[in-house]
Amino acid sequence: MSESKVSNKSNVKRQTQLGEVWTRLKKNKLAMTGVLIIIIMAIIAIFADFIAPYDYAEQNLSSSLQFPSKSHIFGTDEFGRDIFSRLIFGSRISLAVGFIAVGIAVIIGGILGSVAGFYGGVIDNFIMRCMDVLLSIPPILLSIAILAALGPGLMNLMIATGISAIPGYARIVRASVLSIKEQEFVEAARAVGSTDIRIIIKHIIPNCLAPLMVQATLGMASAILTAAGLSFIGLGIQPPTPEWGAMLSGGRGFIRDYPYITFFPGLAIAMTIFGLNVLGDGLRDALDPKLKN
Amino acid sequence: MNDQKNLLSIKNLTIHYKTGGNIVHAVDNLDLDLGHGETLGFVGETGAGKTTTALGIMGLIPNPPGKIINGQVFFKGEDLLKKKHKEMRSIRGKEIAMIFQDPMTSLDPVMNVGDQIAEMIRIHEQITKDKALEKAEVMLETVGIRKDRSKDYPHQFSGGMKQRVGIAIALACNPKLIIADEPTTALDVTIQAQVLELMKSLKEKYDTSMILITHDLGIVAEICDKVAIMYAGNVVEYSDKNSLYLNPLHPYTNGLFQSIPDIEKDVDKLNTIKGLAPDPTNLPKGCTFHPRCPKALPVCSEKKPDNVMVEPNHYVKCFLYN
Amino acid sequence: MEENLLEVKNLKKYFKTKKGLLYAVDDLNFTIKKGETLGLVGESGCGKSTAGRAILRLHEPTSGHVIYEGKDITKYNSSELKNIRKKMQIVFQDPYSSLNPRLSVSEIIAEPLYVNKIYKSKIENENRIREVMDIVGLEERLINSYPHELDGGRRQRIGIARAISLQPEFIVMDEPVSALDVCIQAQILNLMNELQEKFGLTYLFISHNLSVVKHVSDRIAVMYLGRIVELAESDKIFKKPLHPYTQALLSAIPIPKVNISREKIILEGDVPSPINPPPGCRFYGRCRFRQNECKKEIPELREIDENHFVACRLL
Repeated sequence: MSESKVSNKSNVKRQTQLGEVWTRLKKNKLAMTGVLIIIIMAIIAIFADFIAPYDYAEQNLSSSLQFPSKSHIFGTDEFGRDIFSRLIFGSRISLAVGFIAVGIAVIIGGILGSVAGFYGGVIDNFIMRCMDVLLSIPPILLSIAILAALGPGLMNLMIATGISAIPGYARIVRASVLSIKEQEFVEAARAVGSTDIRIIIKHIIPNCLAPLMVQATLGMASAILTAAGLSFIGLGIQPPTPEWGAMLSGGRGFIRDYPYITFFPGLAIAMTIFGLNVLGDGLRDALDPKLKN
Repeated sequence: MNDQKNLLSIKNLTIHYKTGGNIVHAVDNLDLDLGHGETLGFVGETGAGKTTTALGIMGLIPNPPGKIINGQVFFKGEDLLKKKHKEMRSIRGKEIAMIFQDPMTSLDPVMNVGDQIAEMIRIHEQITKDKALEKAEVMLETVGIRKDRSKDYPHQFSGGMKQRVGIAIALACNPKLIIADEPTTALDVTIQAQVLELMKSLKEKYDTSMILITHDLGIVAEICDKVAIMYAGNVVEYSDKNSLYLNPLHPYTNGLFQSIPDIEKDVDKLNTIKGLAPDPTNLPKGCTFHPRCPKALPVCSEKKPDNVMVEPNHYVKCFLYN
Repeated sequence: MEENLLEVKNLKKYFKTKKGLLYAVDDLNFTIKKGETLGLVGESGCGKSTAGRAILRLHEPTSGHVIYEGKDITKYNSSELKNIRKKMQIVFQDPYSSLNPRLSVSEIIAEPLYVNKIYKSKIENENRIREVMDIVGLEERLINSYPHELDGGRRQRIGIARAISLQPEFIVMDEPVSALDVCIQAQILNLMNELQEKFGLTYLFISHNLSVVKHVSDRIAVMYLGRIVELAESDKIFKKPLHPYTQALLSAIPIPKVNISREKIILEGDVPSPINPPPGCRFYGRCRFRQNECKKEIPELREIDENHFVACRLL
């Protein structure tokens, strides 16, 4: 109700804007579940060496294809490797792929989008048509093509997933830059003598961070999925490095008799994606500065 | 009471909104009367509760977060708040119609204006589509738009023209009461003059009563018979127009008049009301205006003032006149 | 007082649109004396805001000259422009969109100081912020607040604080009180008055609200479709409006008084589109006194009475 908005709210306790976002996010139980999942995943990834009971590459052919038991709580795969340990080390790869691939996409896409939106005209046209070309190729095909050219491997996997996600971020950033640069505070900044770069960094980018962060959180989920998919078809992480998608792929031959080999990596992927998705949704609501209470 | 004489009579209306654990006292114990064929100017600042009151009369308070806590709204002697949803639907538009502030957004952009008027007629009258369209064209001409424009879409009209369409929709079913919520605020002065002139003449022609919600005391002076001054969810002064303009009683009303630059007089400094409108989630005790009032008495911070009739048809809620 | 601070000569600003050239500002001529307030009134779309921005070169003028203290600033390069912007500032209409929601009050007010590197030390900077906040009547405790936590009046004070933090001489006030309630409006108008007296400021006051313009202005220019149709001292315009448009505009203001009788001139039609306007007087289509002659050429602004300029060939 807009009528009630004009109130004397100046004597509220001081909070930084990040603090405010956090306060609003805390009220959202689902988003907090997401935060919890992500934090647990991060802790697992960081302390993998201490948590994992076995080495991820340690083969023990005598105890291959064992069902979950006390000594191997998630069972073992066809080489007798402990699935629980592999999942734990795999979280490192998956999270790294998620963060770095999205990082590449956000930075490059963000720069391209803000330049296109801010300057408009020919520059805008050129950048956005290039993005259209990228968009017109199905992302999985694009990644496959890039990986085929660069060769498989962790770094190349991240680059491939990152590049295929760039156009999405460029579009989002460009759209919000277009609406923000029409706001009077941008004109006000120009009136006091601010340079273009300062205006972009200080006024425009902070104001389009909200949609960007939401998209990045959701994008991380799809980057992990893409990476898993690429590893599944053998273009991503090479054995014996444990990657959830590669583990899924490795277990697919045994799915009838030993379903747990595919079940647990699948569950790990699903949980992480779920966590990132609900966090993304929660962030979208929490980041709007005008949306009080 | 004189419910028979009055078309609309609001008693003790209290409307609250719940936002994040706080209760917004949007309308607080409001009393108001409106006679047949009268035009009431409903004046107040942003957040005073003018629009909420109007929505309360129409039965359109969004629930949640809004809730009518208490009160009665008598329209033609019947309490609207006791009506069922279905009954209210047949009253809305037919008996009580609304004109909205922003003609840019209150019309449907993908429907031509003739259809929009005809739709309103067809909801309330059992007539064929052709008949309704014919009637819509007559309505367009009544508000000064050529009838051959009835197939045009809202974006093909200027702001003033759109507001005329809004008026045509409101008048289409010949309602007894029109609630106009800041109908000219979005318009330029010369266009505002046109629209006000139109509203004045149509009101006489159709003999409808009208509640005109506005923040502009100038507009009220031009077309209203009665004035209610609203502050923090309450009517603080209610009177015949002349009596109020010649002899404003409530300190808030006085402050309002003095805040407006006078075209005929030159002053260096405007007299203003100090401070800001109160936080509706935390209204001051006693008279809600006392923290800003230049004439506040000790009693003002303790008790709520009652409605006092100072002159015939001139009521004020202020301890200065007890 | 008699010295001209600003002179606007043949200022034009056209925008290219899909339908044709939009004549937002078309041949504007006026001067503003030091310490004076010139009111610029007109209806929406008449080009008054564009004019204000073109003078500050926030919109690059299509042609014409803006002479500030004897120097033509339309010829300035970007570093000269940056210097002149310390002297010429602007306050915007919308106290919501004119403040960056991600910056705190102190950051907003500090921006001009920072960009122009006025102070070397942080403490000096902070002191100036507090000083400016005090001048515009913002409580010190609000220094770390964010704009969305404040009401419209306080937000507009922030906008004014930002404009005066560089100690400018000239401020374009672009509808500074239109978005505010009357009581708050009066407070802001009083503040502007105080500032003008205290710092000897010169204002170009842009508004559609004639009673507000009358209250603040020494002289008033009435604009219609990109051109000035009448320019005179504000008393003169209100007592004896000469241009038919000014007459209609004045009679259309709702006056909050009863028992006054005045003739109402209701104009026909709407303001025509400023895209490719027909030749001749721009007001022709709505004028009560129009004659065929008026269609032929645009009437120039002429001095009809002492310091009273009107653009109408019937006078």
